[in-house]
Amino acid sequence: MTDGSPVDFGWVAEGVRPTAEAASPSAAEEGVPPGNPSVTALREHFLGDIFRNEVCAGDQDVVYVNPGRIVEILGWLHREPDQQYDHLADLTAVDYGGGKPLEVVYQLWSIPRRSALRVKCELPLSGLEIETVTGIWKGADWLEREVYDLFGVRFRGHPDLRRILMPENYAEGHPLRKDFPMRGRFSRAEQTRRALTQDPEDDYIPGEIAERVPQTAAAGPTATSGDVVGAAREAAAADGGGEVS
Amino acid sequence: MATKTLEYGVSRTPEMGPGGVLVASPTDPFDAPEPELGSETMLVNVGPQHPATHGVLRLVVELDGETVVKVVPRIGYLHSSFEKLGEYRSWNQIVPLTDRMDYLAPLIYNCAYVMAVEKLMGIEVTDRCRVTRVICMEMDRIFSHLLWLGTWSIDVGAFTPFLYAFQQREKVYKLHEALTGARITTSATRIGGMMADLPEGWTRGVRDFVNHLPATLDEIDGLLKHNAIHIGRAQGIGAISAEEAVNHGLTGANLRASGIPYDVRKDRPYYGYDNYDFEVPIGCHGDCYDRYLVRMEEMRQSIRILHQALDGLPGGPMDLDDPRVTLPSKTDCMSDMESMIHHFKLVTEGIPAPAEDCWFSVEGSKGELGMYVVGDGGPKPVRWRIRPPSFVNLSAIPALAEGHLMADLIVINASLDIVLGEIDR
Repeated sequence: MTDGSPVDFGWVAEGVRPTAEAASPSAAEEGVPPGNPSVTALREHFLGDIFRNEVCAGDQDVVYVNPGRIVEILGWLHREPDQQYDHLADLTAVDYGGGKPLEVVYQLWSIPRRSALRVKCELPLSGLEIETVTGIWKGADWLEREVYDLFGVRFRGHPDLRRILMPENYAEGHPLRKDFPMRGRFSRAEQTRRALTQDPEDDYIPGEIAERVPQTAAAGPTATSGDVVGAAREAAAADGGGEVS
Repeated sequence: MATKTLEYGVSRTPEMGPGGVLVASPTDPFDAPEPELGSETMLVNVGPQHPATHGVLRLVVELDGETVVKVVPRIGYLHSSFEKLGEYRSWNQIVPLTDRMDYLAPLIYNCAYVMAVEKLMGIEVTDRCRVTRVICMEMDRIFSHLLWLGTWSIDVGAFTPFLYAFQQREKVYKLHEALTGARITTSATRIGGMMADLPEGWTRGVRDFVNHLPATLDEIDGLLKHNAIHIGRAQGIGAISAEEAVNHGLTGANLRASGIPYDVRKDRPYYGYDNYDFEVPIGCHGDCYDRYLVRMEEMRQSIRILHQALDGLPGGPMDLDDPRVTLPSKTDCMSDMESMIHHFKLVTEGIPAPAEDCWFSVEGSKGELGMYVVGDGGPKPVRWRIRPPSFVNLSAIPALAEGHLMADLIVINASLDIVLGEIDR
């Protein structure tokens, strides 16, 4: 800076550009040959259900797939001998705001093949629902609960879809959505009032276990959490116990 | 006066076979016929404030006698909404949020976060910075494992190793303080470099720490490895098969104890980890004892890496020489017009990231620590997601603990090495 060499001020007007060429936006367009052969295999096997693919951050392959067939696609990637994506590294969602569709992101890693793949599903804000992948990876259980809690995406067939980080009686919505203000929807006064009037017993009654025990036996895998409680109560009543309610 | 001698049906001390192999566990079933006690189960609430839950973790446990029938973990008591806060901050301002998640290994979180952002922006840091970050991460791996070792030994009934381990941890606290000014909330990294260059004599301090650590590890190993109580409480407890462990998403020492040699440092090498000479320890039973063995060996391997990194620490600049990323020096700001403009632009606007997403994971102390950053061309993230290893590891606790005794549940929880700061975020 102080050696007197001419300084290029172009960036002041243009904004800063990333230093590496790989991050240029043109590389993200469709038609770029993917580095990961799984992308080509997916396109051959699932044809129109693979919407598009791109390469992000230089060498990371991203595939956008049809949300309606997510379980088939991920199940195929999991069990196919040429794919073997046995490690679900992460499952999360991204809300871009401005009414854009919400993305559910599956970060896959194949331990035997040492290969990574990112699978994305775009869900319209009016229909935030997708099939669960807990049948493929048990580790998806809590990750899906977190996405449900913070984004409001409902995972059909999830065995226990409840809030996980926020309290169960949290009424302000789903905090990581872009339309959720950082300080919450309620006023400070209302938040304080709710905190003070909360009955600590609500959180400490261990009824959830009693309700959960018959749940797996009585309710089918497609029942939502609200139905599960009802089904469990009915099952308990049918047994003649009636203790659950 | 007639006396009646009461005999224990079960020996309290496990019988040891040759080579310290456990023959009979103290939890072997009692031979006498079981009395009719009815079939009612009991609900026990553990936590959220309980020393054995390693943080504000609550476990609702259904017990049949002393046997765990069902465990329902309840988390979220420490939820601070870091991911939401990050969306309102520029990339560099997020760094202080990261070390508050895993306060047992803050430097790993600092490094993992900036590495993800640098990958997103396509920035290559200097050689000196790379090796410095390797030193920081390996030091904090030991730092975190030492805390696990101390609390683990308390949970299995030994107190002395806790004191030995914390004596060594104190040295790392001092190194943190010398490097960053803070003992826990280090915030040591910046996009494109470190907060500051290494202070004078700091590498000597690290060298001193790694030179003295093996003796302490041997001492603690001597207290625990062939200890009958430790073996009785850890062997065969909380075992999980390799396939199940992968399916549950376990990572780190918990996965390697089941025999899967998945280590991000080896499988997806970053920062030249493929050039360091170290081994990945794996277990063969997947039980709590194997997790103990794996973590003990991991500390020894980290010491090897630290020696190599300290030997190969290059000179030269720590920060990237790029005015778009790195703040100019104070002297330049005061004397040089362009530097002042760069400083102004960087501080007021921040560093823009391309409208892309990037997933980057490192081998954290608890497992695979993933950072998923999504930019939109502006200086703030659209989404900043942390894949907390403890979160996924803890979700496997019902599968690990059900069928074991209540006392084993505490040991299993300790063996998973969780930290609630990153679980709740």
